[in-house]
Amino acid sequence: MEDMLFYDRMQFAFTITFHYLFPQLTMGLSLIIIYFKWKFLRTKTQKYNNAAIFWMKIFALNFAMGVVTGIPMEFQFGTNWAKFSELTGGIIGQTLAMEGMFSFFLESSFLGLFIFGEKLLGQKLHFLTGFLVFLGSWASGYFIIATHSWMQNPVGYEILENGKYVLNNFSALFSNPWLWPSYLHNQAASMVTSSFVVAAIGAFYLLNKKNEEFGKLFVKTGVIFGLISSVLLAAPTGDFLAKNVEKYQPVTFAAMEGIFHTEEGGSEIILIGQPDVRNKKLDNKIAVPNILSFLTYGNWNREVKGLDQFSEKDYPTNIPLLYYSYHIMVGLGTIFIGIMALALFYLFRKKLFTTKWILWMLLFLLPFPYIANTTGWFTAELGRQPWLVYNLLRTAEGASPTVSSGNTLFTLLGFVGLYLLLGMLFLLQVGKIINKGPAPVKN
Amino acid sequence: MELFWYVVVMSMLGVYIVLDGYDFGAGIIHLFFAKTEKDKKAITSAIGPFWDANEVWLVAVGGVLFFAFPTLYASAFSGFYLPLIMILWLLIFRGVGLEFRGQFHHPMWEAVWDKAFGIASLLLALFFGIALGNVVRGVNLGMVENGVSSTEAHYFFLPLWNPSFSPQAVHLGIIDWFTLLLGIIGVVALAIHGANWIIFKTKTSEMNVKLKDVILKLNFVLLALVITSLFIWHIIEPEPFQNFLDHPLLIIFPLLTFTGLFGLFKVKSFQKDGKGFLFSSLFLIGGFASTAAAIFPKVLPSTNNINPALTIYNVAADEYGLTVGIYWFVIALLLVGVYVFVQYKIFNGKMDDVGYGEH
Repeated sequence: MEDMLFYDRMQFAFTITFHYLFPQLTMGLSLIIIYFKWKFLRTKTQKYNNAAIFWMKIFALNFAMGVVTGIPMEFQFGTNWAKFSELTGGIIGQTLAMEGMFSFFLESSFLGLFIFGEKLLGQKLHFLTGFLVFLGSWASGYFIIATHSWMQNPVGYEILENGKYVLNNFSALFSNPWLWPSYLHNQAASMVTSSFVVAAIGAFYLLNKKNEEFGKLFVKTGVIFGLISSVLLAAPTGDFLAKNVEKYQPVTFAAMEGIFHTEEGGSEIILIGQPDVRNKKLDNKIAVPNILSFLTYGNWNREVKGLDQFSEKDYPTNIPLLYYSYHIMVGLGTIFIGIMALALFYLFRKKLFTTKWILWMLLFLLPFPYIANTTGWFTAELGRQPWLVYNLLRTAEGASPTVSSGNTLFTLLGFVGLYLLLGMLFLLQVGKIINKGPAPVKN
Repeated sequence: MELFWYVVVMSMLGVYIVLDGYDFGAGIIHLFFAKTEKDKKAITSAIGPFWDANEVWLVAVGGVLFFAFPTLYASAFSGFYLPLIMILWLLIFRGVGLEFRGQFHHPMWEAVWDKAFGIASLLLALFFGIALGNVVRGVNLGMVENGVSSTEAHYFFLPLWNPSFSPQAVHLGIIDWFTLLLGIIGVVALAIHGANWIIFKTKTSEMNVKLKDVILKLNFVLLALVITSLFIWHIIEPEPFQNFLDHPLLIIFPLLTFTGLFGLFKVKSFQKDGKGFLFSSLFLIGGFASTAAAIFPKVLPSTNNINPALTIYNVAADEYGLTVGIYWFVIALLLVGVYVFVQYKIFNGKMDDVGYGEH
């Protein structure tokens, strides 16, 4: 039984982690694309349209990857988490089905038009199709986070005598206090990924002395969008979300912050340290006193509940990984603000495009928003453990009862192999598009 | 309320079969009948701008099934675990073949992805046929052995096959000679359907003239297979057509099926290129609806007499959820109608020159 659950979890974790590498770019990128398209409509400068078309190609490829790796996500609810699906399908099936009906059709229909239809449609309608693609992808995120929020903080349901959960308040799914903080935080994070990618490709062009006109445009756009979204990521959205975790999942909060013992007179914030769960302590700790209390409650001296206040059976199953995920995310988020602020400072002094070390930094920053997004989601998902639906259904009770671990391992290995191939092909093609660059502007 | 959602799910599945069916069919035609680079390009251009959107129907069906019939979703998806995951792999592989083929102009690279696209399409058609066969035949719900269930009454698990390959064995497999027959029907029917789509969406060419020959020949094979399967169905299910005797109105579905099937024998005399596609769509929808109607209200029959079959009534979500669902669903469906209309309006006509895969 233990094995079976392990492989089910591994497969979901692997496939969702790989899947989310793509939507985190496309959601934010769709906004940057329609920004370029809008600038083109306003200024009639060809450069902006070529930029929009260039990023549309990268968008389309990422979108296709998101679609093909997204279908297995939906299917796995039924294949690997049958018990969970049976119990909760009447509730979260609503938001998942709404995602399919409201977002996917919108996105996929208008993406085709956006890619193939520029000449057929004319510029204004072409902008509109781009806008609808943006709308579809953000709506998709909204419905998924609504589903996710129900699992973190179930609302609007009752439990029948036969143990099934049934929906009794549809609108509660959308007024879930978990939903907006998560959604906004997630969308800001998606903006971070896309603007950092745009800046990195721009830096690459400038350093390479190729497509320099676009290099400047991309770096400038990426840095401005990047700083705005990195700041939004920390405050108000990140702050808001952390307070939510403290309110609804205090044990998770204690674990991710690494607070083993409740301290009277205010809790320290832990910057670095390795959790030792068995001995309930943190090795090699570097911490700043009282900050956590202030950040959480606006009060320097109020105590934050440590893990010692909770029963061990409700501890998140993997405290060290949860702790590291959270700290990596927060650490990177802080560094992002610093680097982007610095880059913006150089931009204002008109030195950014010639300051090589910053351009190199922007280029090498490319993978880090992906790491931050991934660790952020690890924080959310590991933090919810040992629950599949918080305080309602334990993860162990949600798996498919009849699928053996041998079968799950077989499909897990298959997914690993297939996604490796897919990842290589993706990189090959992205490399080709970037190397070719945007269409040069004819004067 | 259950009936409403049953009709919704079945209709959406029907739309999916017709739409992605021509994608798979075009892949099968691509595998066997596309000889020149020009033929291949015509085929991929005919499905290029659509296949992504067509697969959205699968995701949408999955979503609606999940929310309206969660117990069926849970039971069938975990019970048919292996073939479902394999269908996902094949869908991915097929998409990869289509999208990455144009990346390098090298004969070996192109040959590999051509085959990947074609073979994955063929296997998908086969698997979907086999899936339909499994639903008709039923499964050992509750995994009963010697009169005792070994799991909850609505759960099961089927391996891909069992040594006997028999639909009447105690230990069933996904693939047996009955479900395999339906799988082959799936391949033949979708090959015809795909050929019709290619004729519809590409300019008249040597290939299209030849495809009409292919359609005609395959149609004879299809007729023979369909009749065989109807006889065999009698062997495994004593009264498979009882529903049609009780509700004569349902006979409209088999009538549609045979209109589609017999209509296609005249494929060579069709003046309009879209006519063949219309007939093969009729066959697919009619055939699918007839099968669903024959086992209604069951959605997954039980092969033992201890655990009852899954019906639309014992797998549905609660009344309140199903009722509120109607409001958003109707709005969404109207919107989808608008998108589909806009999309097909703009990509109207012959697609040869879209230049798919060259962006």
